[in-house]
Amino acid sequence: MSWLNFFRAQKREEAQQPPGTAAAAKDRLQVIISHERVSRGRDDFLPKLQQELVQVVARYVAIDPGKVQVNLERGGDFSTLAIDIELPGPKAQAH
Amino acid sequence: MAQVIVVTSGKGGVGKTTSSAAIATGLAQRGKKTVVIDFDVGLRNLDLIMGVERRVVFDIVNVIQGEAKLQQALVKDKRVDGLAILPASQTRDKDALTREGVATIIEELSKDFDYILCDSPAGIEKGALLALYFADQAIVVTNPEVSSVRDSDRILGVLQSKSKRAEEKKEPVKQHLLLTRYDPARVERGEMLKLDDVLEILAIPLLGVIPESESVLKASNSGNPVIMDSDSTAGQAYSDAVGRFLGDDRPHRFLEAPKKPGLFGRLFGGGRAA
Ligand SMILES: Nc1ncnc2c1ncn2[C@@H]1O[C@H](COP(=O)(O)OP(=O)(O)OP(=O)(O)O)[C@@H](O)[C@H]1O
Ligand SMILES: [Mg+2]
Repeated sequence: MSWLNFFRAQKREEAQQPPGTAAAAKDRLQVIISHERVSRGRDDFLPKLQQELVQVVARYVAIDPGKVQVNLERGGDFSTLAIDIELPGPKAQAH
Repeated sequence: MAQVIVVTSGKGGVGKTTSSAAIATGLAQRGKKTVVIDFDVGLRNLDLIMGVERRVVFDIVNVIQGEAKLQQALVKDKRVDGLAILPASQTRDKDALTREGVATIIEELSKDFDYILCDSPAGIEKGALLALYFADQAIVVTNPEVSSVRDSDRILGVLQSKSKRAEEKKEPVKQHLLLTRYDPARVERGEMLKLDDVLEILAIPLLGVIPESESVLKASNSGNPVIMDSDSTAGQAYSDAVGRFLGDDRPHRFLEAPKKPGLFGRLFGGGRAA
């Protein structure tokens, strides 16, 4: 790519994305609203999911329900659900 | 049979009362018998914006509780024929409104009026639900701002599930987008969501775009709905919206920032209306 081309491409990109924050507003709205539309009319399942997971894990190990963390990151193409359960170490299990 | 139109938004302070007053006045100016009901019980304000606050005697709660007749509570506008206001109560809370009471009032008003506008309170609680329950059409007032757009989407969901039409599985409430407080200069600088973005996200038909305008405050100061200020951009935009509502074909205006007058314009007076 010649020096001139580089300059042109740069300029075009700037034209598409104005420097303001309106573009970010649009992107954020599109993601959150599409999620809210899907879940419209039904309850948030996360609290129940967390409760049931803890019950299942507790059948095998003694865990502290306070040490369970559920994190959800909503994305446009996919979302990630991360569940962090702190299991007691051998020292704690000994007594 | 009158058409019942709710002016709603979810979010507070986006321009529902300003728009209710302007559109009700505009419909009456076009010869349609119109009544506008203030559903914001406890926070009566439509009377002030309409400039009739000194003539309010009874309110919607008095009517529902049988303390006054509907005809006694209606305040007739002195500027425009065929326009009336049913004020909200200032002293009671939202629980004083009942669905049965509102149903009776709307039924009675239907006999005398072409349009019944319902100025909804903010939120998605009881007062807002009651304001939209009987609607045939909804004007969703939205500002080009993230929380307002999100709340508008929620209220669209509520219209589709909790209105009388939805419950009775009738033809759905007809939805219109009214984008208000639009500032084309800020849109051009990329600081504000543009019309196309909001339309793409909410995906409902556009009734109008009302520009941010100083004349709105002037109008509320003096108690004349801004649509009566036919020199102002906001007033003209509301007139266009009313025209479109009645089926006129009117192009959208005020979507671009006015160009700064060049040297020529400055020399020869490029004065433009506010
Ligand atoms: N196009 C506009 N340009 C400038 N100011 C405006 C415009 N539209 C509304 N406003 C101002 O915004 C404020 C809120 O307007 P309004 O009372 O109509 O909103 P609302 O949605 O009815 O509020 P609430 O949710 O409290 O009932 C007022 O001060 C009004 O003057
Ligand atoms: Mg209001």
